[in-house]
Amino acid sequence: MSSYVLEARQIVKTFPGVYALSCVDLKVKSGEVHALVGENGAGKSTLMLTLGGVYKADSGTILIDGEEVSFDSANDANKKGISVVYQELSLVPNLNVAENIFANRQPLKAFGLIDWKKLYDDTKEMLSLFEIDYIDPFTLVKDLSIANQQVVEILKAMSFEPKVLILDEPTSSLTEPEVQQLFCNIKKLKSKGIAFIYISHHLNEIFEIADRVTVLRDGKYVCEADVKDIDEDFLVTKMVGRKIENIYGKRDENSKIGEVLFEAIDISAKGLFEHVSFNVRKGEIVGFSGLVGAGRTEVGRSIFGAEPIESGCLILDGKKISVNNTRSAMKQGIGYLSEDRKSQGLYLNFGIRENLISNRLEDFCDGKFVNERKVDENANESVYKYGIITPSVSQIVGNLSGGNQQKVLLGTWIGINPKLLIVDEPTKGVDVGAKSDIYKLLRELAATGVGIIMISSDLPEILGVTDRIIVMKNGSIAGELDRREANEEKVIALAAGVGTNQKGA
Amino acid sequence: MGFLKKATKQREFMIFAIVLGVMIIMSFASPYFFTTSNLLALLLGLSVEVIMAVGMTSLMVGGGFDMSVGSIVGFTGASTALLITHGFPIVLAVLVGIIIGGIIGLFNGFIISKVGINPFVTTLASLSLFRGLTLIITQGQNVTNLGKIFSVIGQKTILGIQMPIWYALILVIVGDILLRKSRFFRQNYYIGGNEKAAKLSGISVNKVKILNYTIVGLLAGVAGIVMTSRLGSASVTAGTGMELRVITAVIIGGASLQGGEGSVIGAFLGSLLMAIITNALTLLGVDVYWQTFVIGATLLIAVVIDRAGKIRKERNTNKGGENVCNTQVTNG
Repeated sequence: MSSYVLEARQIVKTFPGVYALSCVDLKVKSGEVHALVGENGAGKSTLMLTLGGVYKADSGTILIDGEEVSFDSANDANKKGISVVYQELSLVPNLNVAENIFANRQPLKAFGLIDWKKLYDDTKEMLSLFEIDYIDPFTLVKDLSIANQQVVEILKAMSFEPKVLILDEPTSSLTEPEVQQLFCNIKKLKSKGIAFIYISHHLNEIFEIADRVTVLRDGKYVCEADVKDIDEDFLVTKMVGRKIENIYGKRDENSKIGEVLFEAIDISAKGLFEHVSFNVRKGEIVGFSGLVGAGRTEVGRSIFGAEPIESGCLILDGKKISVNNTRSAMKQGIGYLSEDRKSQGLYLNFGIRENLISNRLEDFCDGKFVNERKVDENANESVYKYGIITPSVSQIVGNLSGGNQQKVLLGTWIGINPKLLIVDEPTKGVDVGAKSDIYKLLRELAATGVGIIMISSDLPEILGVTDRIIVMKNGSIAGELDRREANEEKVIALAAGVGTNQKGA
Repeated sequence: MGFLKKATKQREFMIFAIVLGVMIIMSFASPYFFTTSNLLALLLGLSVEVIMAVGMTSLMVGGGFDMSVGSIVGFTGASTALLITHGFPIVLAVLVGIIIGGIIGLFNGFIISKVGINPFVTTLASLSLFRGLTLIITQGQNVTNLGKIFSVIGQKTILGIQMPIWYALILVIVGDILLRKSRFFRQNYYIGGNEKAAKLSGISVNKVKILNYTIVGLLAGVAGIVMTSRLGSASVTAGTGMELRVITAVIIGGASLQGGEGSVIGAFLGSLLMAIITNALTLLGVDVYWQTFVIGATLLIAVVIDRAGKIRKERNTNKGGENVCNTQVTNG
């Protein structure tokens, strides 16, 4: 007889060409909070969705109370005792609290009609059972705050009377008092014997709420430990634990970083980031690190005029500039490579030649008409210069590999001759060879005096390519590291807020 | 008091108030407005639309859309009429007509949810397909001489009220109860509100969607037969443009193209509002060419008022926390 309420053994899950999980183990005791940690892409979400019945594992077994189970659907997993509270809440905004909690399980009377009285009575009973007096069963979910919506989501999960409740990044959109409220609720449920799987990037939360922890890395099980026996350094080392490979190219130690090119002074945008100040020198690559949602992309987009800045100012080449929209940013020499090349960067159903001129059509016009010869010349030159592998310059961009797509996008933005280029996750979904090419292109561009801001969640990349690293957390700058002193532990420590007092979001 | 306050916030209440307002004004403006014959004519005029609006509401609440209902009306009306003129028993002809409507709906639903073609495109194709088939089977000729017995369906009166009005009223009441109170039809609110959440809650999204289109088809079949019977002949152009009026009524009644909201009573009131405005314009001697214009204006005003109300509400409840969601990327 197993002493574990939930046991996952040797779970393997592959997606075409990728091992998302290879032989992962997870053991959860009843009444404990079991944290699941790892970097982006370590397999936490895949494991959660597998346990929640959304994905089907390729192999491996799941046991509940020592008995082997399998799930046909999320609903089936619910019935067998595992409920998930997803990071993106799965509520119906136009329906009220009661109907969301008992979604598709409303009590019935004759003719399949809903027994509204019982529905509301059941809901009130649940609310009072969990001592929640600040939510009314009749309120529409869209009228609740995000934190209260999350409470409803948890109640919905609890209405299945689960043995195990999985919380996926539950604090990602909560403020500090709301986080404390959540922890209070978790402790209450824990004392009733519910087990939790708690997924979070925030290491300080894990030390606050979790009893045990399992670490994943690159889809593999790394270790399991009692939280009281370990410290933050141990956890960080286990999470990172890999060497930087030499795909980042050689740093030219003689390269000269010039005077200050760009400066952001105390810029804020409500709800996105606050009091952010930093500078970029000519020829410098500045890395922006931090957790997903820390505000890095928002800072980049604001400098590029894609989101409004509410206060503070921007200085480029010693002059104060104002960017009201993306066009004015481009005119002043700022380029931005979006993190999502497919939906925000490229015109996937257009050819390479059309994409390369998409942000400066006017440069290729004679009077009112596009000069096709110029477009072809530019395309041929770019394909050669950026090493884009393609049968022809007319090739539809959607048919290219991720790496080649990214090179086209990079070429499109280098084409405007920017003074400052912001690249957001420049190597996301790109294979190693193309990654190396992209780093080389960025270095060459910096060598011509262009300032580069590189926003990336890929820590080894940040450490291997940039000259200076700015770490963001909860919309503010948590710290700045010179590349000589930076290492993965220090960056993670700053990003996750270990050792610093946590501020309200 | 709480109930009254809540009721006034409902879209249905707003339209009801406007309908009432127009009726009061009209009763002073025209002596003919508040006559039984005028009101019955008005209801008779909208009954065929309302029959379809009942199914369309359920469909649109579930996030669906159907442009082909007008053509289904034409096709089922013509098919039934042809069966009758070819000597089929009336009951059988009527049943076949309704079933044809259902099969067309099933066809739409299958293509949309199983093949995954956009509802607008699919039903736009159906609109032409079945209008075309109507022309083919009738060779462009109206079908007449359908006999006395068939005309009972659309022309008989009970308690002085024509049958089509009865059908419409009964369907509205039953439809409203089902969509509001039955767990099964309630699934549409979940699907239209958040399809992913609906799936996670164990709702068979595709099944419900296909059923919605089938019901719309069946009701359009009923509408086609009622209309043919009332007019005593099947016109090849019957139902042309009707889809727009039906969809307009449903939207005025509180539904949106995104789904997740709307009600059958609302759709009925929306249809009633359009009919009353049209009727009022006629009685007041306004050029008939203004009618279509006014319908468009009514729709636009209804949705703009609704949007304005929502924006105000959002400002009051949201404290800017939602931006975070847009930028989060799930890991793994």
